[in-house]
Amino acid sequence: MIPPGAIDCDVHVTVPSVRDLLPYMEPYWREHVERRGLERENFDTSAYPPGAAINARPDWKPEKGPAGGSLPALQQHILDPLAPEFAICNVIHGAQMIFSEDLSLALCRGINNWLAAEWLDRDPRLRASIVVPPHSPDLAAEEVERLAGDKRFVQVLLLAMAEVPLGRRFMWPLYRVAEKHGLPIGVHAGSSFRHPPSAGGWGSLYLEDYVSFAQGHAGALNSLLAEGVFQKFPDLRVVLIESGVTWLPASMWRFNKTWRGVRAEVPWLNRLPADIVRERVRLTAQPFDAPPDAASLLSILDQFGSDEMLLFATDYPHWHYDEDEVLPAGLPPDLLRKITRDNPLATYPRLKQETP
Amino acid sequence: MNVALRDPRIERPAQQHLGFVDCDVHPFFRTPADFDPFLSARWREHRQTIGNRSRVGLARTSMYPRMSPGNGMRGDSWPKTGGPPGSDLAMMREQLLDLFDVKAGLLAPLVGGAAAERNVEFGAAMAVAVNEWQCAAFCDPEPRLKASVQITLEHEESAIAEIEARAGDRRFCQVNIPPRGIEPLGRHRYRKILAACAAAGFPISLHLGGTSGHASTGGGWPSFYHEEHPSYVQSMETLVISLVCEGVFEEVPDLKVVMVEGGFAWLPSLAWRLDKHWKRLKAEAPQLKKAPSEYIREHFWVTTQPMEEPERPEDMLKTIEWIGPDRIMFSTDYPHWDQDDPRYAFKVRLPDDWARLIYRENAMALYRLD
Amino acid sequence: MAKHIVAAVAEIPPGGRKIVTVRGREIGVFNIDGTFHALINRCPHQGAVLCEGAIVSRLEAPMPGEYRLTRPGTMIRCPWHCWEFDIATGQSWCEPDDVKARSYSVSVEPGEALAKGPFKAETVAVSVEQDYVVVDV
Repeated sequence: MIPPGAIDCDVHVTVPSVRDLLPYMEPYWREHVERRGLERENFDTSAYPPGAAINARPDWKPEKGPAGGSLPALQQHILDPLAPEFAICNVIHGAQMIFSEDLSLALCRGINNWLAAEWLDRDPRLRASIVVPPHSPDLAAEEVERLAGDKRFVQVLLLAMAEVPLGRRFMWPLYRVAEKHGLPIGVHAGSSFRHPPSAGGWGSLYLEDYVSFAQGHAGALNSLLAEGVFQKFPDLRVVLIESGVTWLPASMWRFNKTWRGVRAEVPWLNRLPADIVRERVRLTAQPFDAPPDAASLLSILDQFGSDEMLLFATDYPHWHYDEDEVLPAGLPPDLLRKITRDNPLATYPRLKQETP
Repeated sequence: MNVALRDPRIERPAQQHLGFVDCDVHPFFRTPADFDPFLSARWREHRQTIGNRSRVGLARTSMYPRMSPGNGMRGDSWPKTGGPPGSDLAMMREQLLDLFDVKAGLLAPLVGGAAAERNVEFGAAMAVAVNEWQCAAFCDPEPRLKASVQITLEHEESAIAEIEARAGDRRFCQVNIPPRGIEPLGRHRYRKILAACAAAGFPISLHLGGTSGHASTGGGWPSFYHEEHPSYVQSMETLVISLVCEGVFEEVPDLKVVMVEGGFAWLPSLAWRLDKHWKRLKAEAPQLKKAPSEYIREHFWVTTQPMEEPERPEDMLKTIEWIGPDRIMFSTDYPHWDQDDPRYAFKVRLPDDWARLIYRENAMALYRLD
Repeated sequence: MAKHIVAAVAEIPPGGRKIVTVRGREIGVFNIDGTFHALINRCPHQGAVLCEGAIVSRLEAPMPGEYRLTRPGTMIRCPWHCWEFDIATGQSWCEPDDVKARSYSVSVEPGEALAKGPFKAETVAVSVEQDYVVVDV
């Protein structure tokens, strides 16, 4: 059902252990890591317990090692059967959680180097997001500059929930660099757990956390809008990754409503927020939190007011669908083509650029 | 291609509004000393010297100042006799109860600081005082107004005692709990309080607010009220998620929950998302005997304000259909700046049977107002 | 449409306003720097008494942090949901093309001319020595 030449905008690549990164780290940081015995760790994140059923589809689980940790497996499960033109690799890693800004950067660099050598160099269909220390925008900007020449990196990856809301001016050095190089900001589901998922506090279950990732995205989007990031960086695009999509229309209604009364507090926000979102924000379409019936699905998609916003994604190896039901049934062919190909190509300008 | 979406404003009232039940009315004190007659000498002195202490930097002013005076009051609701909006019963009658022939108005007193008070014994004393004050200042002189029981969630013993003390008192309709608490309401340590509410026949109303000390969003403290206002929805979602996933409704099957002042259009997507992820993570929540959306459908009610205004007004009808017209109740939020007028709040005409349910019958049945 | 005398010019000084009732509808008459404007006293959003809101400036910013206050005293802010409208045109700040408060044309006429008609004086007593604000309703 997926047309040929699709672009898979969210594939997860798992770093098996910090030991695998050592060859890709600078000597200073290699020794630092070894003195502390960190190469024995894998830096799993609390946002993504690797054994949770939702994070590893049963038939995609390898006999040993983490799901998403092997290129042949990715080829066998996604690249060969679905035949996408490109697949964008996103690494979620504890390097993005830790407090030391310098260690965070050192690990992120190791990940990016590893990604280029072990994955991008070995399959020409792969593209990737640059992993950065999200709590250190200046260092993050440096890392983006370092890699910007490699056009196989097509996006900068952040988590929706970090220390400060993503729109804050503190973050702007990173956005300036991303905009300059045509790199969208990918806001991935998840949290560095500096704060509970909302002011309602810490829940008990992983199920609660996982569902609440969409709230994290709503908060991040509110922040980007209210702080004027879209005015300040007119060419910057934002992709909301892996938090469902059907929460957006009601959120846009609410943004608009608040804006009409409160806009004088943020006077640079000088257009209907929903119009800005339609122009500048994209969402990956898995996990697709679709209503149970096809008619309601079409209704809610219609409420987006745009057919350019959704991007095809398998979210491999996470388990959101079985067999090849990667998108909900009942999508009109035109929309299917847009989601799988036209929209990703328009969102990631670097996909169209020549790579060495 | 962007689809053109228009937002036409209507010139004539979309609804027949008279005789509705208002599920969110805010009474205010004239001065904090209004509570003193209901406090013991010990707590009266505490109130006058130390006062409320919660978990935010400013003692009295909101951390996210509203865009109109009085912490966000409707500009034409300041009583000529002095005092803040909501403190003058005559004006409340003129602008709300009599104007719209309101059948019943459910009070949500955002005063006294009982819920968020760090000194939980003082909080407990203030909860009792606010409950007495609601009756003396509003419900006794104006029986159309119904009180909400205030409790201090972090002081279980006093909370349960207060719920039991008000059970059977027809002036009280529900127990009010702010969604921004220290922990989500489904957590085990709150279970006895929830059971007490159900046993007393009180629905719980989760009216936006609370100062838990947690940042307003999962990504930290936003800069602007522009973000704070919609972030209340996120706390409400956390509580829906928590109450459902913890299996509260298996343990307390009579518990009914009303979400107040958070709008409601966010609920369908949340239910779909819960169902989808529960399918994968079922093993973690064996306490659930059916899909999360089924618990939501059975145990949750929503109030309308601040009414979502879809870009195409008719999309509101889909939202209502997805939630169920029997679970939505009209509320004004008088006298806040973002209050809704019953004649104009819906920008689309509701089918008559839906309008009857939403404006009147759902609340009459839930709160047994007949 | 007919011309209605709603106030003597001196009654509404610059920055001032007067709410009048003409043909059963309430209208706010404003004086901005000597020019008179009239808007219906009813917000197009939810029907609030728009003209009784605060008279404010335009608060704008070309970029985040670059705050500008322009055209003081030219906007009316609804006392309910804080929507802002241009007093001269009735256009809303947020959606000037789609959301407008009804405006009426206003003129200033000398009492001498008015005495000849065909104006409706409503409750305003006209004397030939004064100028009057006249609204077309």
